[in-house]
Amino acid sequence: MRTKALEAEIAAVSEDAGAVTRGWGALASRKEPVISVLIILVMWQILSLFLPRYLVPSFATIIVSFVEIVSSSTLMVDTLRTIMRIFIGLGLSFLAGIIVGVLMGFSNTLEKYILPVLHFIMGVPALSWVIFAIIWFKPVELRVAFILLAGCLPNYSLIIHDGIKGISRDYYDMLRAMRPTRRQLFSKLVLPGMLPAVLTSWKVNIGLATRVVIVAELVGATVGIGNKLLLAQELFDMPKAVAWTLILVIFLLLTQYLLLLLERHLLRWRPSKEGGIQ
Amino acid sequence: MIPSAPVVQMEHVRHVFTSVDGSRFVAVDDLTLEVREGEIVSIVGKTGCGKSTMFNLLLGLENPTAGSITVLGRDPYQDFDFFRAKFGVIFQTDRLLPWRTAFANAKVGLEILGYSEAEQGEIARHWLHKLELMGFEDAYPHELSGGMRQRVGIARAFCLSPDVFFADEAFGHLDQSTAQRLREVFLTLIGETKKTCLLITHNIHEALEIGSRLIVLGKPSRVLYDVQCPTRASRAELVEFEERILDIIERNEPHHEAAARARS
Repeated sequence: MRTKALEAEIAAVSEDAGAVTRGWGALASRKEPVISVLIILVMWQILSLFLPRYLVPSFATIIVSFVEIVSSSTLMVDTLRTIMRIFIGLGLSFLAGIIVGVLMGFSNTLEKYILPVLHFIMGVPALSWVIFAIIWFKPVELRVAFILLAGCLPNYSLIIHDGIKGISRDYYDMLRAMRPTRRQLFSKLVLPGMLPAVLTSWKVNIGLATRVVIVAELVGATVGIGNKLLLAQELFDMPKAVAWTLILVIFLLLTQYLLLLLERHLLRWRPSKEGGIQ
Repeated sequence: MIPSAPVVQMEHVRHVFTSVDGSRFVAVDDLTLEVREGEIVSIVGKTGCGKSTMFNLLLGLENPTAGSITVLGRDPYQDFDFFRAKFGVIFQTDRLLPWRTAFANAKVGLEILGYSEAEQGEIARHWLHKLELMGFEDAYPHELSGGMRQRVGIARAFCLSPDVFFADEAFGHLDQSTAQRLREVFLTLIGETKKTCLLITHNIHEALEIGSRLIVLGKPSRVLYDVQCPTRASRAELVEFEERILDIIERNEPHHEAAARARS
């Protein structure tokens, strides 16, 4: 039982990931992505000639800001802090999510209790969690971690639960005929069987966490990309805002690419997707 | 000839499925049969006659609604763990774990038994070799043809050196020549092990080729006819035999011999 929104998100993510590999692997041989990016850049540059810097800054100013950030210590301090928050949040959510997902996968009773709660949590906007976090907790890191947990845990649980449910009963019966212990059944069937879902859940949540962490950082964090974006907004420093956003996007593309490499390695047993519907 | 011990006994087994809406479906009805040690028995019947249910009951994966089942003298459902590595099962679809290579699939049962890596490798390689799969050990299932996948499935079953073999439509989904070749291989290997074997099939030719005894199941599962397969029969006799079997399946009524036995 996947929600439509989640389904769409997963589809979008796998498409993204596909686009990323194709982009990296065949950038030289494929001109289409280069052309579409160039068109956007040219349009932006033309706009920047007519509009003030604080609305549409020219590339030159963006590049200057970017270089400024990259060459200063703030890049390391703020970016690393934000990335650390993302991974701590994801790690915690994953641990909790995998436990909840596995429990639901094994117990129909628990599934009935937990599933509606997860769907309810999924419906809560990220901004509401931000407000709850401010009211409930004082330490900034705790607030950020809580917001990420609330945002990412349901995804992890639902996708992993789905993955476990999707393991064919045929394999289960085949192994049971040999009388494995419960532990063997788990390590030889459930664990490898849910691996594709685990990887999907990471792909979905890396994107989600990167977006949510910025909002979470707006609530009292003095270090981090979210804080730097807020500062840029207060100073109407559009080049800085764009430059920081670029850094985030680069981070996201890079991690998604690494995840894809990992997936290719771990799921090398899967038939290649060639001959899909497109 | 000394009568050998019964390996499989089913007595008045009945199995009823109750669906969510409360409707009931009788898959197995008053099934009584016995298979003795070393026998190779083919079980034929129409698709949907509850053969697979019978299969699951024999494997102890389900508990019959009524009646008793003993395999190797024990109840496969109640004494579940007694049957560790006792069954060599070959399934309709190969049921190879897609994330394991041919080699890793073949040895999965040995892992469950807790054999050492070295022993696992040695035994698995031996059987992969017997099934002419050398050179394909590191291939994943999707890289193998249907026939080769089923060979891996057969190797997996033989690796355990089980006491009794069950094959459920094991060659049914393969093309004719592949199936024919694989049946020959399977028959040779079973002959070498001298183990008991139950083969479920809807293909009468296959049933006659592999089995030394033939049991015809009706729908729901019950014995319509139980007969020794003709050996050294003439072509005409074989045709006559096959027609008789087909006729029994079609009419779905016990053959007079089986009926007479049921009355006695």
